[in-house]
Amino acid sequence: MGTTVSRRWALRAVALAAFMTSAAFAADPVKIGSVVSATGPAAFLGDPEAKTLKLYVEELNKKGGLLGRPVELVLYDDGGDANKARTFATRLIEDDKVVAMVGGTTTGTTMAMIPVFEDAKIPFISLAGAIEIVEPMRAFVFKTPHTDKTACQKIFEDMKAKGITKIGMISGTDGFGKSMRNQCLKVIGEYGITVLADENYGATDSDMTPQLNKIKNTAGIQAVLNPGFGQGPAIVTRNYAQLGIALPLYESHGVASKSYVELAGPAAEGVRLPAPALLVVDKLPADDRQKAIGSAYKAAYEKATGQPVSTFGGYGFDGIQILTQAIARAKSTDPQKIRDAIEATKDYVGVTGIYTMSPTDHLGLGTDSFRMLQIKGGDWVMEAK
Amino acid sequence: MAEFLQLVFSGLTVGAVYALVALGFTLIYNASDVINFAQGDFVMIGGMGTVFLAAAGIALPLAALMAIVAAVIVGLLLHRLAIEPARGASPVALIMITIGASIFIKGVAQLVFDKQFHSLPAFSGDAPIALGGATLLPQSLWVMGVALALFVALYLFLEKTLLGKALRATAANRLAARLVGVNVTIILALAFGVSAAIGAIAGVVVTPITLTRYDVGTLFALKGFAAAMVGGMGHPLGAVVGGLLIGLLEAFGAGYISSTYKDAVAFVVILLVLFFLPRGLFGGRTVERV
Repeated sequence: MGTTVSRRWALRAVALAAFMTSAAFAADPVKIGSVVSATGPAAFLGDPEAKTLKLYVEELNKKGGLLGRPVELVLYDDGGDANKARTFATRLIEDDKVVAMVGGTTTGTTMAMIPVFEDAKIPFISLAGAIEIVEPMRAFVFKTPHTDKTACQKIFEDMKAKGITKIGMISGTDGFGKSMRNQCLKVIGEYGITVLADENYGATDSDMTPQLNKIKNTAGIQAVLNPGFGQGPAIVTRNYAQLGIALPLYESHGVASKSYVELAGPAAEGVRLPAPALLVVDKLPADDRQKAIGSAYKAAYEKATGQPVSTFGGYGFDGIQILTQAIARAKSTDPQKIRDAIEATKDYVGVTGIYTMSPTDHLGLGTDSFRMLQIKGGDWVMEAK
Repeated sequence: MAEFLQLVFSGLTVGAVYALVALGFTLIYNASDVINFAQGDFVMIGGMGTVFLAAAGIALPLAALMAIVAAVIVGLLLHRLAIEPARGASPVALIMITIGASIFIKGVAQLVFDKQFHSLPAFSGDAPIALGGATLLPQSLWVMGVALALFVALYLFLEKTLLGKALRATAANRLAARLVGVNVTIILALAFGVSAAIGAIAGVVVTPITLTRYDVGTLFALKGFAAAMVGGMGHPLGAVVGGLLIGLLEAFGAGYISSTYKDAVAFVVILLVLFFLPRGLFGGRTVERV
């Protein structure tokens, strides 16, 4: 009997010692929720996001956590399924009792989760692209990625500067392509540009020469814009070269990755596209405000995962930074106060861009967050501003 | 005229891909009455396997050969582990098994390979060939050539060799085939193996054009299935004609009508064909099966 008692005491002492060695962990953890699509069709987006979130929450805890408390990341994988995402969102709020959420890899999963967080009045920073997430404004919903509208504006600014007024468009019929096409058509009038040929293709099509041939045979077109995502734009680019179309080709930020350059091969030579600074962080001038943070994130991510950095992980990075900085400023884990602090984010220099949020803007990025790039010799080249 | 020619080139290239997948469907259907929806995944294994083996430093032809062998092994395993144990089940049940196998193969491919798109260098360069104002990629000629060669080989095999006749006999009447000394189990395994090889070869030649990813098999299976149905399920010539027909219809639909209705144009024609010729264009000959 005596031995059991003393053994129990010994165990307690060990447990206590272990508890006390992690100094900051005496208090209840600050629980931050996340639902991302780490597997499934959007895994190439969600996987770097999940890795980034884990990496930076770990780092935060090494530095002593937030408000003197450890940070706990409650991460669920929705596999790209909007229904699952919604279930996990409910679980985050009801069971895990998180104070805020960074996640929502795709527009579909984000839109499914928005009502859950709005009802519970828990701040939600989305990592998905579409403008519908923050327009119309919702009190508790924010996002970090650029919208397709900003990308359209950046592209049209560039076209206008080059004196291009008549273009052809070939858009993917997937969510991204459709949404960007609509946003582009909405703002195109402001730049005095008209669309002479408006073609599209299915997201899984393997040949776009018929559509491009039509554009080729339309008189007066000065440039071609391809709002699209995934492998579609790579095939468009290859077919474009095959048909020998000599006009400038503009791609969207959706293909701003090395894999596009690899897939499109030599055909990608000369293609222009808007992209976040992270993509060309090594080439940024030393006085660029985003250079330091971008280089640091790139180095940390590549060291931790052994994979090349992606802009998608960067959205996760900015999301968790904006949130934890807001919690630090609010000096509270009250969701309402966190929300107010996120909205007050001012001049936060992130890897995606420089954010200044306001009660009328829950994204806080302008066209200056994009850099116009051109592909030369299989690599990105910055266009002079 | 140049535009018409461009659309024909486009349609023939895409159509040849569909035809190759349809040929795979044909062979397994002929032997076992099973419509193997994992057929598209053999295409994926051929493409992805070659990409990854080549990336590991193996010369492209050898990498392609190894990927094709891998696909054949997967095909034989599919037959041995999934189809053979369910022997005697209805064709519908067997078809469901192949759909399950297809999902399983995609899941494994996500782990073995990755979730990104990949490409292979074109066999004879990327410089387009100009013909009558239109352009054609050398790789398209490879696809069409390989489709033609495989078709001829399969046709000769089914019509002229004893093994091919045994295969057709198995399809016509399994019991009777067994009575005259055909080893039905081996014949079925053979059909799955050869079918996997056809799919994988298709995967190797089309990857430089269409790119590949762990889940491209679904699309190939759907279009290939449609091609096989239009041509008349079980007929090699029908598979080729059906594939080319769908490819051309898609190209003309996109080029002359509207790219929005591209798939619709093709499928409306398919519906019309099936409505008036329920057995497909070449299907009249298989009436004897009851």
